[in-house]
Amino acid sequence: MKPMINVALPKGRLGEKVYDMFEKAGFPCPSIKEDNRRLIFENEELGLRFFWAKPSDVPIYVERGVADIGVAGKDILLEYLPDVYELLDLDLGKCRMAVAAPKDFRDDPRRTLRVATKFSRIAKNYYDALGRDIDIIHLNGSIEIAPIIGLSDVIVDIVETGTTLKENNLEVFATVVPISARLIANKSGFKFKNETIEKIVRGIAAQVEMRK
Amino acid sequence: MSIAKSILRGDEQAALTLRALYRDHGYTQYKMNKFEEYDLYVRNKDFLISDHIITFTDTSGKLLALKPDVTLSIVKNSEKRAGTNKVYYQENVYRVSGRTHTFREIMQLGLECIGDVDAFCRFEVLTLAAKSLKAISPNAVLDVSHLGIVSAVLDSIGVTDATRQGLLRCIGEKNVHELRAIATSANVAPERLDALCALVSSYGKPAAVLPSLMPLLYPLAPANILSDFSALLTALESSPVGDIVRLDFSVIGNIGYYNGLVFKGFVDGVPDGLLSGGEYNGLMRKMGKSEDAIGFAVYLDALERFHKNDADVDVDAVVLYGEGTDLALLGRAMDDLVASGKTVAAHRAVPTGLRYRELLKFDEKEGTLIETDD
Repeated sequence: MKPMINVALPKGRLGEKVYDMFEKAGFPCPSIKEDNRRLIFENEELGLRFFWAKPSDVPIYVERGVADIGVAGKDILLEYLPDVYELLDLDLGKCRMAVAAPKDFRDDPRRTLRVATKFSRIAKNYYDALGRDIDIIHLNGSIEIAPIIGLSDVIVDIVETGTTLKENNLEVFATVVPISARLIANKSGFKFKNETIEKIVRGIAAQVEMRK
Repeated sequence: MSIAKSILRGDEQAALTLRALYRDHGYTQYKMNKFEEYDLYVRNKDFLISDHIITFTDTSGKLLALKPDVTLSIVKNSEKRAGTNKVYYQENVYRVSGRTHTFREIMQLGLECIGDVDAFCRFEVLTLAAKSLKAISPNAVLDVSHLGIVSAVLDSIGVTDATRQGLLRCIGEKNVHELRAIATSANVAPERLDALCALVSSYGKPAAVLPSLMPLLYPLAPANILSDFSALLTALESSPVGDIVRLDFSVIGNIGYYNGLVFKGFVDGVPDGLLSGGEYNGLMRKMGKSEDAIGFAVYLDALERFHKNDADVDVDAVVLYGEGTDLALLGRAMDDLVASGKTVAAHRAVPTGLRYRELLKFDEKEGTLIETDD
């Protein structure tokens, strides 16, 4: 029996775009397009199993080996540092991790900078590299309100179009790191299903190149 | 008294098999204290997988630690002598799991070859690593790399420490796209960038990978290191364990401690590396030792879910007995069942949740066992 390749895709529009790339690469699973609430889909003939996962959980599935490959944002990879291979930049879901603050913000180096963020590790690494003393305030959502109500001086968060920042009178002061979706692989799975994984990578890489 | 193999858990069976393997190849068992002076780990923190250590104060006032690692203790206690000192160990270590962020007790089995390490020592250690993996599962892989070559290639491109760290991370992640971006922004020459990308993306059996990779590496790394490495891989590939050997430069370790061969072993069905090792002459020098050293560890805790417990019952037979039972007669009836090869438990009532094949009742008058449904 052909070994099954398990693929963890992030739920949502990004995941759907990524699935289309798998399909064009010759690894389809038509049942995934059926209108239902199932989360796991198989193409037994090709030995493929796709499943939808919460985007931030994809690296966990891959690191733990229940998924051989998966697609996760660089923000999640930098924050949780899963022990996986990062095989491809899919050039999708592009945005940036940025420092934002109220328009009139001026950094006072004599004081500890209060940083509100969902991405504590990324923020810490960024300011460590600058040698700036900071106080990280970890929040799980609505980060933008932190500097407005005086909880923090700045925020470190994902910026796509900048509309949310603008509507909350915030602006970007610095880019921490550009973000995009990455194809990741479990280290053990990569060894034992190498031929198929390499085929998938080549098929998807060709599409990324064509788009550029 | 003989012990049935089935009584051993999968990791226990593996441990016994590997200990026999190492003993058969002339390695002697090294038994050490459960505790070690904390100072040893503070001085060599970077060598440890996790720098969290369980400490306590000894009755003499010394700060001791529950061992988070075995190699450091072996190196500390190794004495210079002619030839090589070949030891194996099976010890519990205590370290923080990267995933759960809590302390775990991990059974670690491994071997060290310290002293005048020559080409055969390296070949033997790699062969034993491969045999260890094959003893656990026929579907295994041993990835071999050489940090001396990776270091030389990075030295040849002359980049800052920060860039070098970034490139090393990318090599470890097989991350060609970021490696290209970092190298390009550091103005690395195209032919050197090609060599770097080849380092990252080359993976497979040595005979398939070496011919295309070596010409790229010869201008960048010392010829003697490359030819020795190539010869070692060729010898390994032609040995009985050659089918599981792969060349993979993404296996990297701490360059301050490891200097030559580094390798990692995987078994299909276990998501993490099961075996890890290398030449750690850097650590030896840091600890004031002039000898060379190579070794590896097998992390048996990773096998916990690999060997599934297939037993569908907890016990073959349950024997129910009443109050005032003749103890000797019941004992004899139990012994007869055990002698027939069954596992058997005596209870006055069946414990909740106990799974069994047959339920027997002890007949007080006859001194025999009869089948029952209740």
